[in-house]
Parts: sequence; C-alpha cells; structure tokens
Amino acid sequence: MAKVFIIAEHRDGKLKKSTFELLSASAAAGNETHAVILGDSVAEAAKELGAYGASKVHTIQDPALKFYTSESYVAALAPFLKAQSPDVVLAAHSPTGRDFMPRLAVRLDTGLASDCTSLTFAGNGITVKRPVYAGKAMVEVEFLGAGPKMATVRPNSLGAPKMDAAKTAEIVSASASLGNLKTKVTDIAKSNSGRPDVTEAPIVVSGGRSLKSAENFKIIEELADSIGAAVGASRAAVDAGYRPHRDQVGQTGKVVSPALYIACGISGAIQHLAGMRSSKVIVAINNDAEAPIFQVADYGIVGDLFQVVPLLKQELVKLKEH
Amino acid sequence: MNIFVCLKQVPDTETKIKLNGDNSGIDTAGIKWIVSPYDELAVEEALRLREKNPGSTVTVMSAGPVRVVEAIRTALAMGADNGVHVEVPETADTFLTAKALAAAIKKEGNLDILFTGKEAIDDGASQVSQLIAEHLGLPCVTVVLNAEYGAGSVKVKREIEGGAFESIELPMPCLIAAQKGLNEPRYASLPNIMKAKKKEVKSVKLADLGVAETEQKIRFKNFQLPPPKQAGKKIPGDPATQAKELARLLHEEAKVV
Ligand SMILES: Cc1cc2nc3c(=O)[nH]c(=O)nc-3n(C[C@H](O)[C@H](O)[C@H](O)COP(=O)(O)OP(=O)(O)OC[C@H]3O[C@@H](n4cnc5c(N)ncnc54)[C@H](O)[C@@H]3O)c2cc1C
Ligand SMILES: Nc1ncnc2c1ncn2[C@@H]1O[C@H](COP(=O)(O)O)[C@@H](O)[C@H]1O
Repeated sequence: MAKVFIIAEHRDGKLKKSTFELLSASAAAGNETHAVILGDSVAEAAKELGAYGASKVHTIQDPALKFYTSESYVAALAPFLKAQSPDVVLAAHSPTGRDFMPRLAVRLDTGLASDCTSLTFAGNGITVKRPVYAGKAMVEVEFLGAGPKMATVRPNSLGAPKMDAAKTAEIVSASASLGNLKTKVTDIAKSNSGRPDVTEAPIVVSGGRSLKSAENFKIIEELADSIGAAVGASRAAVDAGYRPHRDQVGQTGKVVSPALYIACGISGAIQHLAGMRSSKVIVAINNDAEAPIFQVADYGIVGDLFQVVPLLKQELVKLKEH
Repeated sequence: MNIFVCLKQVPDTETKIKLNGDNSGIDTAGIKWIVSPYDELAVEEALRLREKNPGSTVTVMSAGPVRVVEAIRTALAMGADNGVHVEVPETADTFLTAKALAAAIKKEGNLDILFTGKEAIDDGASQVSQLIAEHLGLPCVTVVLNAEYGAGSVKVKREIEGGAFESIELPMPCLIAAQKGLNEPRYASLPNIMKAKKKEVKSVKLADLGVAETEQKIRFKNFQLPPPKQAGKKIPGDPATQAKELARLLHEEAKVV
C-alpha cells in the first residue's frame, strides 16, 4: 500500500474526468489515496472527490490561485508535499499537469515519468510504462532516487472511473505562502464550440484532406455532436485551413487516447498514427481499401465518406433513441 | 539582448524504430536526424527577436552525443550567432540533460530570454523546458502560440484544453516554450549554410559544468515494440448497410457507443 497524492484538476468549478480516473485507480489498488485541490474557492469541488476514491482531500485556497500558473502551483505544492512525505504523486498529462509537475519534481528532488499510459501500483511504489518515439516503442520508467515517484498519466488510459456516491472524504485545508509571483494570467479566452477537448473526449471523430473544405467538415461535426465526441483533423486538413491547429491529431499535434476514434478520409500516415494509435477502438472510413489506416483499424468501411458519415450519424442517433 | 535557444536532435518522423540487442534502447544505426520541429520555432522566434533588437546575440545549445553538432549547425545556418554543444551520454534522462543545459547557460553569461520547444518529439516528455527554468529560477510559460515583447516583459498566449487560451504576462529574464503557430520557421539560405560550416561550435563537458553523470532521476528500460495490431473487420455492403452494421458493432461488440 502506498501513500498516494493526486493533484486534482478543475476548470470553472468543474473537476476533470482525468482526476477521477487517477483517484479511482489508486483507491482500487488499496492505497491511502489523498487528493489535493488548489484554487481561490474550491470547497464545493472538494466534496466530489471522495466518491471517486479519495479518503482525504486537502484544499489549498488563495486568491492568487484563482488562475493556474506553474509558479503558483509549485509554490503551494512543494512545501505541502514535503511535509506529507508521499510515496507517489500523480497528475494528468494535461496542459496543466504536464506544465507544473516537472518543476515540482525538481523541488522534491525526485524523478518524474511523463505521459504514462499504464500504471500499476506495487507495494509502496508504482510501475509505469509509456510510449516513446511517437508510440513506435514502449518503455518502462525506472525511478532511480529515493524520493517520491511522480508520474503524469495520459487521460483515458486507466479505464472508466468508478463512483460511489455513498463514499465521502475527510476534507482538510492546508495553508500556502505563495510569496512574490512573477507570472500573471491576465485573461482566459474560452472556445465557443461547446464540444469536448480532443485530448479529454471519450470519442473523437477526425477528418482529413479529403473533406476538401472547412464547410464540408459540417458532416464530421454533426456526427461528433450526435455522440458527444470531439472533432479532430489530420495535418493535411489543418494545413489546408479546414480546421485550427489545436484540432490536429498526430506527432506534431495532439496525442489522444479515446475509447473510440473514427478516422474519416485519413490515409493513416505514420505521423497521424502517432497521435491516435493508443485509442481503444479505431474505425476507419476511406475509399481506398489499401490505405494504411486500415492496418490499425478495428472496424473499416471502404466507401465514400460523404455517403457513409451522414448515414452513420443517423444510425447512431437511432441507437440512442432506443 | 542575450537570447538563448535549447534544441534537441531527434529521429526524423518517418524513422522506423528498431531496438538494440538487449532492449535497453533503440538501434540508432541509419537513423536520419532532424531538429525537433517545435525547436525550429524556438530558433525562429529568437532570430526575429534579435532582428528587432540590433546588437543582440542568439546562442543555440544542444545536449547529447557528438552527432547533435549537426543540429546546432542547422540553427546556425538559419542565422543563429553561436553554438554550444553540451556533451551528455546518449542515455541521459531529462533531469541530467536539463541540469547540464542550465549550468551551460549560466556559464555563458546573463540571459534575457530562453526559447525552447513545448516538447521534443522523440521522448515527448514536456519536461526539459520547465526543469531548466526551475534550475535557473526563471518564470516560464509553455505551449506558447503568440508572444509580444515589451521593455523587460513579455505577453504571451498559451494554449490550454478545449480550444481555450490564457493570456499571461511575465517579466524577463524568462523561458518561452514554443507551440506550432508561434511563427513560420525560415529555411536556411545557401550563403548562411556555407557560413555556418565555418562557425565554431563550442563543446562543454559535464565535468566543466560541475555536473555528475550520475545525476539522473529516471531510466528507460525494457524497450518494446508495440504488438502488431490484428487486422480488423472490413464491413461489406452498400453504404446504408455498412453504416447500420458499424453502428451495431460499436454498440453491441465494442460497447463504445
Ligand atoms: C514532421 C512531420 C510532422 C507531421 N505531423 C503530423 C501530425 O501531427 N498529424 C498528421 O495528421 N499528419 C502529420 N504529418 C503529415 C502526414 O505525413 C500526412 O501528410 C497527413 O497525415 C495526411 O493527411 P490526410 O490523411 O488527411 O491526407 P492524405 O494522406 O492525402 O489522405 C487522404 C485520404 O482520404 C481518402 N479519401 C479521399 N477521398 C475520400 C472520400 N470521398 N471518402 C473516403 N475517403 C477518401 C484517400 O483514400 C486518402 O487515404 C506530419 C508530417 C511531417 C513530415
Ligand atoms: N538534449 C537536449 N538539448 C537541448 N535542448 C533540449 C534537449 N532535450 C530537450 N530540450 C529542450 O526541451 C524541450 C522539451 O523537451 P522534452 O522535455 O524532452 O519534451 C525541447 O523542445 C527542447 O527545446
């Protein structure tokens, strides 16, 4: 059994599923599972963490923590964690987690394994595996020092989190002295698509160059919206201006690991596969039966996406209505 | 201004990865090496900042075995002024690498700004930028899409999840880690390529920096190639039949919708 600290992630008062995933995996392995949540007012969000497996929730509240910065998080977390002597410290490999965890590792004088897709608890430690060379190889990461073992975990890698509304956690507040902070967040501009983020969504529907225009992506968006999916794109579609770069999936875009990835009119270039091959179930819709994407697809349809995609949407809507 | 760039040499994205004999690493024979794509953005941003601030210098650093000098020369050919090769073993982890780079930067003198990539595309760690920043006590923003440079401070746009952006202001000296969109890297011109060949690239050893090779915190072991994926089902029929059958399989067999 390990003493595990999980740094909770939230935005606009909403906790991230990736946090629940980590809590649930740690609790299922029988660990002493702590959650730490930082912000300017997190009392409400803190209450949700027990149901996912935290036995104790530590809140660190300060007006300066209203917006995330690596500087403020590390200033708050380093002394707190030093005092707690954790065996393991975990966060999601998200824009937030991947940003502050390295700095925290230096302060705790310990090692960090990034972007882990497999995590096993053993004794008071962990065994982690992660992809390298864009998923062309897997490695095990060995921790060399005696300090806590730190890891960031790719969202959606540990399976669906288990919730038990009857379980609650003890909630305690910890103090922080943040000192003089140099980085200041002056504004947060939200997107207005209303769709989930590609790296967090349980389903991603992606389109490629073959969509031929930004307008034609409407059929991809409609399919995505019918199943609560995010929209992704190949680099060719991004370079052609059909989608913004933030939607690009691949080695020089986002790495995604959803339960379902639907590639529409994407050839399956090695750099694209790098971003989606760890998806659980892969569907390819392509009019070229020889397209390399079929080599990684669990289900393939050889056909014209302009015909198949709207029909698939209809079928999935029908399923939902039953 | 004293502008620094840290860049990593990585295998070309088309590289077929093979393991070495005892699975302790990859077989590097025959690999075509490139500058990690985000680091090209870092070089470009440094050059643009120098152009706006005459009298500035751009110093490019790379840590690794001797082959990485070629990556430094690529940056020199783009227009960087100085190159420093920090000699670390092939197997150096992110922690040793960052410690060595931070020490080498300190040795070169006061920096005003350091540019890096948001991640190297080989280990995809997203660690080294923040680790260097921590060792040098610099404020640091990663995944930067846009930067405006003022007198002594920088305003940046950082990409976060869900297509949202944060606007952040930070004082110099600082570290900025580039995301695609920050700029369009230039190509090296022929005269610059010729000039770059003649430029001296300084080499520094760990011992010169007071850093021990043992200052590693993690080690990659048991390299494995991903198991080949079994070819999946191709669904026959006309589009309506295919769509219907796919929906059924996703629901009943894969249970993902
Ligand atoms: C350094 C580097 C980094 C890169 N990073 C990335 C990255 O991060 N992400 C990425 O995606 N790529 C990346 N690439 C580019 C990659 O090599 C490919 O060029 C790109 O993925 C191709 O996009 P595509 O599949 O949309 O286009 P194409 O390769 O042109 O494929 C289009 C496919 O659509 C099919 N098609 C055409 N019409 C239809 C139709 N009506 N119905 C159904 N199917 C149809 C065709 O059969 C074809 O298979 C990178 C390349 C380099 C060199
Ligand atoms: N060996 C290295 N030499 C110089 N810079 C590096 C090295 N490794 C990483 N970096 C820098 O740190 C960034 C992040 O790398 P990583 O943490 O490996 O994903 C890269 O984009 C480079 O700018």
